[in-house]
Amino acid sequence: MAMIAADNRGLRLVTRYAVLVLIAIIFVFPLVFMLMSSLKPDQQLLQDSGNLRAFLPVGDISLQNYTDAFQRAPVATFVFNSVLVTGVTVALSLLLCSAAGFAFVFVRWRGRDTLLALLLATLILPFETIAIPLLMMVANLPWVGMEGLTWGWLNSYRVQIIPFIADGLTVFLFVQYFKDLPGELIEAARVEGASWWQIYRKIVMPLSGPIFATAAILKFLVMYNQYLWPLMVTQEEGYRPVMVGLQYFFQLNVAWGEVMAYLSMITVPVLAFYLYLQKAFIASIASTGVKG
Amino acid sequence: MKMFTLAASAAILAWGSAAQAQQTLSMWYHGAGNEVESKIINQIIADFNASQADWKVELQSFPQAAYNDSVVAGALAGNLPDILDVDGPVMPNWAWAGYMQPLQIDEAKIEAFLPGPKGYWDGKLYSIGLWDAAVALVTRQAYLDELGLRTPTLEQPWTKDEFMAALDAAKASGKFEYAFDPGMAWTGEWYPYAFSPFLQSFGGDIVDRTTYKTAEGALNGDAAMAFGEWWQGLFKNGYAPATQDPADRDGGFAAGKYAFSWNGNWAALNTLKAFPDTVFLPSPDFGNGPKIGAASWQFGISASSKYPEGASAFIEFALQDKYLADFSNGIGLIPATKTAAAMTENYKDGGPMAVFFGLTEAQALVRPVTPGYVVQAKVFEKALADIANGADVASTLDAATDEINADIEKNGGYGH
Repeated sequence: MAMIAADNRGLRLVTRYAVLVLIAIIFVFPLVFMLMSSLKPDQQLLQDSGNLRAFLPVGDISLQNYTDAFQRAPVATFVFNSVLVTGVTVALSLLLCSAAGFAFVFVRWRGRDTLLALLLATLILPFETIAIPLLMMVANLPWVGMEGLTWGWLNSYRVQIIPFIADGLTVFLFVQYFKDLPGELIEAARVEGASWWQIYRKIVMPLSGPIFATAAILKFLVMYNQYLWPLMVTQEEGYRPVMVGLQYFFQLNVAWGEVMAYLSMITVPVLAFYLYLQKAFIASIASTGVKG
Repeated sequence: MKMFTLAASAAILAWGSAAQAQQTLSMWYHGAGNEVESKIINQIIADFNASQADWKVELQSFPQAAYNDSVVAGALAGNLPDILDVDGPVMPNWAWAGYMQPLQIDEAKIEAFLPGPKGYWDGKLYSIGLWDAAVALVTRQAYLDELGLRTPTLEQPWTKDEFMAALDAAKASGKFEYAFDPGMAWTGEWYPYAFSPFLQSFGGDIVDRTTYKTAEGALNGDAAMAFGEWWQGLFKNGYAPATQDPADRDGGFAAGKYAFSWNGNWAALNTLKAFPDTVFLPSPDFGNGPKIGAASWQFGISASSKYPEGASAFIEFALQDKYLADFSNGIGLIPATKTAAAMTENYKDGGPMAVFFGLTEAQALVRPVTPGYVVQAKVFEKALADIANGADVASTLDAATDEINADIEKNGGYGH
């Protein structure tokens, strides 16, 4: 009897792993295809695309597509711009949106619920609906920098960062997470005379690692994949991010090997960031029910 | 020492005033990512900047796929450059929308140009191109011989019946996966550019060009219906694939999958490399004369430019035959003049692609010259894709006509 139970457990385990491996393969194969294709000349890439060779490093393998990609477009500039814009936006967004979430949950003030409802209402507005008014606004905003007072934010990093620091979804994530924190801790800290800043910094932040990781990953993906907005506001090549840069590779005759090489290069920062925050992200999904 | 100081100060002042006198002109161009094209345009700019002391052109390049959206965004933000380039059929829209102003160039200098590169709207020259593009029916002499087909000429192109007989012969030979590759993998502007000439050769059009105020009768009249039935028959009867992946479009003909390919001069050199006996045949005559599309990228001046005379000076400078020939040699396009064509490897008399110059001269018809074209092109594309995939021809063309008419009405007739 015990042997039958052990056999059943073993079978279940094998089945479970088989299913998991299958799912992993489904998710990993596009990445393998991209990497392998980036190493092959176009003709071979197209010939291999209909069979299993597409996923194997076979045939005329080289790094030529990577060399050619660097010649066709300033890849390093695009990656640097995207990492800079994304990094700064994520950092400022975490700070601002978590502080806003903290104020919405723990601080009592007039109009709090109304403002939160208005903020959440912005979630239903797709960016495309505000893109043109936003463009016309940023084209005429003042800025004080090294050159003194100037007008218009086009062709700059700030125009790609500032409009995206605060957003309803990130605030909402923090609000939901903070609501589940034990209120007694906050009350006790207040009784002990802690300031709001101390409570935020010393109590709430240390308890909120998973939601910070989740918000960071979601914001990172949105910012790193930005296309429409940078296309509208960056006419100078030096400020363009990776997704606009991708268009450099779509000429009349597309060099698919170069496209794959470029995609492989720009995927690295995303994978690295995700792997770095993976554990916290999964913990957050488990605790908040957020699905990425 | 005093003399030296004085002389040095005078020299610095002179240099400073000369540098100040050279007014900077901004320019946007769609060639980012195309190394050869970028090199040529940069050379023209460098030559222009060195040739005079009044103007200095500074270039910003955009990837072609993102260019039009960038210009529209730039116009909304009030941030257009002095000089821009524009795809020929889009120019009337940008002129009508107030993005562009007429050129101030001596039109005698473009008398010898092919008609396609001249961008006229509302009786004024708004843009001028250094090249044109042309489409041909691409096949191999070996195929024509094997299938026993007459080689069509500019003077005597195939009739509709001859063309269909050629497709039948290719299909019956069993040698090809499909007889004809119209290029269904290429979407967007390819549809109106490549396929509306078939419609026009049937006697229809995307819009009624006599008034530009309706598509009624042009896109859904008897001729258009006949075109639609023929178009659908290509796919329904197995002559051509209704859907195609881009890789197949790039390499299908060279791999021997197709007997005939409807393709442009930009792809001709690669085809010649694959098959030295490649021939470029004129478009068939479907009843109202053989037609192919015309007009490619052209230079113009933004409406907001404060220096139209400088911008015009640059454009006029770029119209020299040597630059037309450089572009042609570099990216394979058809130079806008016969004298420039004679300076090129591919289009000079006896050159491997000289036939395209003749095709452009004899068969080219610009797409509808109206601001509404940008909408009409998309409606036409969708209608043709739907018909290719089996939609009812009459109701699809009627719906497309209604959509175009509604757009014209909504925009107050687009200034016609």
